[in-house]
Amino acid sequence: MPGVLKAPLVVEFPFTRSLGPVQGAFLTGLRERVVLGVRTRDGRTLVPPVEYDPVTAEEIRDLVEVAPTGTVTTWAWNHEPRRGQPLSSPFAWVLVKLDGADTALLHALDVPGPEAVRTGLRVRIRWAEERSGAITDLACFEPYDGEPARPAGHDGEFEDAITGIVAPARLDYTYSPGRAQSAYIGALAGQRTVGERCPKCRKVYVPPRGACPTCGAATHEQVEVGPRGTVTTFCIVNIKAKNLDIEVPYVYAHIALDGADLALHGRIGGIPYDQVRMGLRVEPVWTRGARHPDHYRPTGEPDAHYDSYKELL
Amino acid sequence: MTREIAVVAFAQTAHRRTSDELSEVEMLMPVLHEVLERTGLKTADIGFTCSGSSDYLAGRAFSFTLALDGVGAWPPISESHVEMDGAWALYEAWTKLLTGDADTALVYSYGKSSPGPVRDVLTRQLDPYYVAPLWPDPVALAALQAQALIDAGETDEPALAAVAARNRAAASSNSHAQLRGSIPQGDYLVRPLRTGDCPPIGDGAAAVILATGERARELCARPAWIRGIDHRIEAHGLGVRDLTDSPSTRLAAEKAGAFERPVDTAELHAPFTSQEVILRKALRLDDSVTVNPSGGALAAHPIMAAGLIRVGEAAARIHRGESDRALAHATSGPCLQQNLVAVLEGDPR
Repeated sequence: MPGVLKAPLVVEFPFTRSLGPVQGAFLTGLRERVVLGVRTRDGRTLVPPVEYDPVTAEEIRDLVEVAPTGTVTTWAWNHEPRRGQPLSSPFAWVLVKLDGADTALLHALDVPGPEAVRTGLRVRIRWAEERSGAITDLACFEPYDGEPARPAGHDGEFEDAITGIVAPARLDYTYSPGRAQSAYIGALAGQRTVGERCPKCRKVYVPPRGACPTCGAATHEQVEVGPRGTVTTFCIVNIKAKNLDIEVPYVYAHIALDGADLALHGRIGGIPYDQVRMGLRVEPVWTRGARHPDHYRPTGEPDAHYDSYKELL
Repeated sequence: MTREIAVVAFAQTAHRRTSDELSEVEMLMPVLHEVLERTGLKTADIGFTCSGSSDYLAGRAFSFTLALDGVGAWPPISESHVEMDGAWALYEAWTKLLTGDADTALVYSYGKSSPGPVRDVLTRQLDPYYVAPLWPDPVALAALQAQALIDAGETDEPALAAVAARNRAAASSNSHAQLRGSIPQGDYLVRPLRTGDCPPIGDGAAAVILATGERARELCARPAWIRGIDHRIEAHGLGVRDLTDSPSTRLAAEKAGAFERPVDTAELHAPFTSQEVILRKALRLDDSVTVNPSGGALAAHPIMAAGLIRVGEAAARIHRGESDRALAHATSGPCLQQNLVAVLEGDPR
């Protein structure tokens, strides 16, 4: 369909997470090349360890060291590693039951090809050179044909145990706002504001989203609104936002553009903040190259009567 | 006395690889209109509305609130949302009708996964401490499960290919499906799973209407009565579970009454061929049962809607008189972590 916009959209966030006593000990252990499991009351050893027994939900804290050697319980050959995965060359995903553990840990196995891996393969941990207390301190597994390693019997107490991790996440999208919003954004490029009229209730929605929120009907008829409008309500912002060039205090308002049945948001300028009022008539101010009005300023007209905009509050 | 509750109408989009030209609400709206038209109901007549979706798919925050524009949420309606497949929204609506608070419910769900790399997006639902930092994608995790199943001697690659072929052949008669007819099994995506063993990535939406007792009979010639519905979850850690089995599905089926009498139809939410093998075993389905006559999730897999579609497809067969007792299954999470089973019946003929 012509005129539908698309743009890259990156969502990126460093999640800061608290660990608690069991997960904290496990990840601190990885930093020190020690693998810890947790023992349940019925004597099973869970690796990786959890704080609550998955069967009984009983709280568990009895940390025990297990070996850095183990056996593959199932595998899958990953010939095209994706961003963020443990190895950049083809590898096998594996579930590994470490010697001394009763459950399996998910990680990568570094082998040249799928013929070099099978269920039952003996493996050992390859440690990352730089370790910080994260699951990635375990760089991957590698094949191992020696005896099971004997753990030293670490009790899970560390001098400088870590209590939290920062887990960065990043997802890349190609965002498209759809037909109605593309038309809205496209019109703004020509310094025009368009809404859409509901075929049932005849109200004009700005910005349009393609549906009338009252009737649930699809909207298609485009209607140019504004450029002037009326302040229906407003607030005075006293906190300066990070990376924002606007001096505080400033006024943020709902503005009903002429011909629109829904108010949109905008900043009010060109008038002292404490003189902004309901009913103030305003017009958009565009700065060069901008994709939307920078702010709205008073037109100098008499204020609109309350009755003319009370339905739009 | 327990209230009788039925699915009385079902609608879905034509599921497609991309729907760039439509926003989420634009994609959803025709389905909402269609399901309401089937019953003659208007938004104002609906007692309760419940939806399922996930912001992570399209990368848009609070998208379900925008989607509500398609329902017409003014004047205010009684509404709820689950960040899960719509089958779980249906479960919430079913409990709402059981309480007597409403006689009709609109349930809808949608997924627009074309904007993002869905294999990466779905890694964000994993345990954030031990698993998500490794970015294992859902195909990789399903492949681990498939290999475990092969090692256990319960299937092999030709048998998995046959599951894929059968589902997509069945989809030939489903005009909404994304993949229909003969599809090459293709190369390995993550061995042992080939592209043919995996669901298509696509955008789509679905909606159903539930009604109670006499209201259901007014709205539908042959309502699909929900005789039982239950959902269960398994341990979060993949290495704790026996990946070759699905005890949560079996338990949900038992609680839903699936084993009390045989079903003639089963709509299974098995995005991967190997998972159909596991579900058939857990649900004790033999060759007398018509499994996935719609083509199932291998033919169309709009995430967050694919499970609700299983309920809708099962109900629609009862509406059309093609089934008398059908089982619908929905799953969520990696390797069949969470499972919902509903048992639907038509009135005796």
